[in-house]
Amino acid sequence: MATIVETKNINKYFYDPVEFHVLKNVSFAVSRGEFLSMIGKSGSGKSTLLYILSTMDTDYTGELYIDNELVTGFDLDKLAMIRNEKIGFVFQFHYLLPEFTCLKNVMLPALKFKKLSTKEIEQKAYQKLELLGLADQALKTANKLSGGQQQRVAIARALINDPAIIMCDEPTGNLDSKNTKIVFDTFKELTVNMNQTIIAVTHDEEFAKNTDRTIEMMDGMIIKHTS
Amino acid sequence: MNINVDIASTYLFSNKKLTMVAVMGVLLGMSIYIFMNSLLVGFDRTSNVSIFKSTPHIRIYKDDEISKPLLENKASKSIIINPKVVPSSNTIINYKDVMSLARKHEEVTLVTPQVTATVFFNTGKIQIPGMIVGVVPDEADIMFNISSTIIEGSFKDLKKDINSIAIGSGVAEKLSLYIGDNISVSSAKGVIRNLKVVAIFKTNNSAVDKSKTYIHLSTAQQLQKENNVYVTDLNVAVKKPEKADEYTADLSQFTGYKAEGWKQANEALMAAFRMRKIVITFVSYTILIVAGFGIYNILNMTVSQKINDIAILKAMGFKGKDVIRIFLTQAMSIGVMGVVGGMLAAATLITILRKVYIGGDIGYFPIDYELSKFIQGVVVGLVITFFAGYLPAKKAAGVDPVSIFRK
Ligand SMILES: Nc1ncnc2c1ncn2[C@@H]1O[C@H](COP(=O)(O)OP(=O)(O)O)[C@@H](O)[C@H]1O
Ligand SMILES: [Mg+2]
Repeated sequence: MATIVETKNINKYFYDPVEFHVLKNVSFAVSRGEFLSMIGKSGSGKSTLLYILSTMDTDYTGELYIDNELVTGFDLDKLAMIRNEKIGFVFQFHYLLPEFTCLKNVMLPALKFKKLSTKEIEQKAYQKLELLGLADQALKTANKLSGGQQQRVAIARALINDPAIIMCDEPTGNLDSKNTKIVFDTFKELTVNMNQTIIAVTHDEEFAKNTDRTIEMMDGMIIKHTS
Repeated sequence: MNINVDIASTYLFSNKKLTMVAVMGVLLGMSIYIFMNSLLVGFDRTSNVSIFKSTPHIRIYKDDEISKPLLENKASKSIIINPKVVPSSNTIINYKDVMSLARKHEEVTLVTPQVTATVFFNTGKIQIPGMIVGVVPDEADIMFNISSTIIEGSFKDLKKDINSIAIGSGVAEKLSLYIGDNISVSSAKGVIRNLKVVAIFKTNNSAVDKSKTYIHLSTAQQLQKENNVYVTDLNVAVKKPEKADEYTADLSQFTGYKAEGWKQANEALMAAFRMRKIVITFVSYTILIVAGFGIYNILNMTVSQKINDIAILKAMGFKGKDVIRIFLTQAMSIGVMGVVGGMLAAATLITILRKVYIGGDIGYFPIDYELSKFIQGVVVGLVITFFAGYLPAKKAAGVDPVSIFRK
């Protein structure tokens, strides 16, 4: 199977307040279409690793490959373009722009990408909202929705450019079981039907168990892969 | 619409109050800047008009000479040194030749001779000191625009009769003189002449009005017991009075006499004008800069409020320069609204004030629509807005999204 994300010997230190070796020789690969979960105790370095994979954190040693391209050392603008095209993000908090409608929020990454006309982007955004069961909420401003709905809008936004990879940090952390199920099923469908890759940090055992593969971290190292 | 502009305008409209406060700041700063600077132009213009009513653009005269050492010794100190003013006549020798030399200068439009002397005016028992200015009436009128200050009689009548006189309103008042009355003028040389009042002028400078009179050049020469080649000053008008000081060196060289520009002649006034200019410039810039601080503050606030938005925008692929554009667009929109509003406000203010009559030396409020000051204001206003917006925008562009997502 084709590799979509790969790391080689990633090391990272924090220096404040004291020197701290947060990631130690992390090497692993993720295949296209894989649903990967990362678990581990709080403070084990999951988020730190995810931010490096996301290309937003460039302060590390080692190599990061996205779609078989070595992106380590790229300048910030180039990394921004890679994120825009290839990576969607879902965080524990939704990070929607509160003054914009849900529709506009979903459209934002595509308006930046500029591959399609505004009309086409709008249609596509409607499709994504529909996928998440939110078509009827499209024209409400983001701050008028419930927490679960907002998180689903955020997922629709992550999908708008049909990114190869969707990275999530505790995507269901704030959700009830019903919404958690919707999110999980959506992700599963994307990996199966669209061959998109999901990398999700979670502390939800149930969620992790149902993914294709689970990586467990401890003290900045990968200690176990379970398929 | 470009997505960055779209985001910027959404921010502007979703926070209308804040936007309006910033716009008002720029509007006020801009209008006061334009207004004050236009007023400065107006002040200078009216001041110059009143200065040119009694001072020529350039005056050529014989400067006092200081005696030279009797025996010049280059190697060491001179032998006999007793420097003092050499007693000599203050006349300009061969003034007609000197005049034609001065006329050769390409900037010169008019050269006219003048004799000035202090005299006593008598009517019956009353005697007051004063000054006579002997002139060629037509030329003096062009030079000082005397006709515009005449309140009774006509300056034109001066040239018809060699024994006529135009007097200041203060002189007329003190001696109870009216048009057609006679006045006796006695000079320091003991010559007494009876002259007929044909015009009374009022310059609004009471010191001038209380002592100054105009008579024929030849009459003045007679009062000084001199012949018709005696002239104390040559008054020179130039095309660009602002630059008069630049021509004086040339004119001195052409003529061999001292040439003095009107700014030098009115040094004390000029110092006051410079002071006025510095104060107004300083105040008007300060107000604009304060408006700039307003934009800076409000944008800084917006950046702090929208820090989550900035983080997610950067995560989804917006570049640093996109973020700068978003916030700079906000700043410039505020700036443009403020500047346009400020121009309208300044124009309104000027429209109202220029119709207000102040009186005295000034007359109407000395202000006009100064296009150059409007342009200058727009440029300065937009430059300040740009920097006031750029700094917070730069800060926003530097936001590290990871540090936000970690919170
Ligand atoms: N900016 C930072 N400066 C210093 N230490 C940090 C910083 N961010 C995280 N850490 C530390 O790094 C370790 C890993 O954090 P993180 O990756 O967030 O863990 P996880 O997501 O697995 O809970 C923790 O011990 C945390 O305290
Ligand atoms: Mg974490």
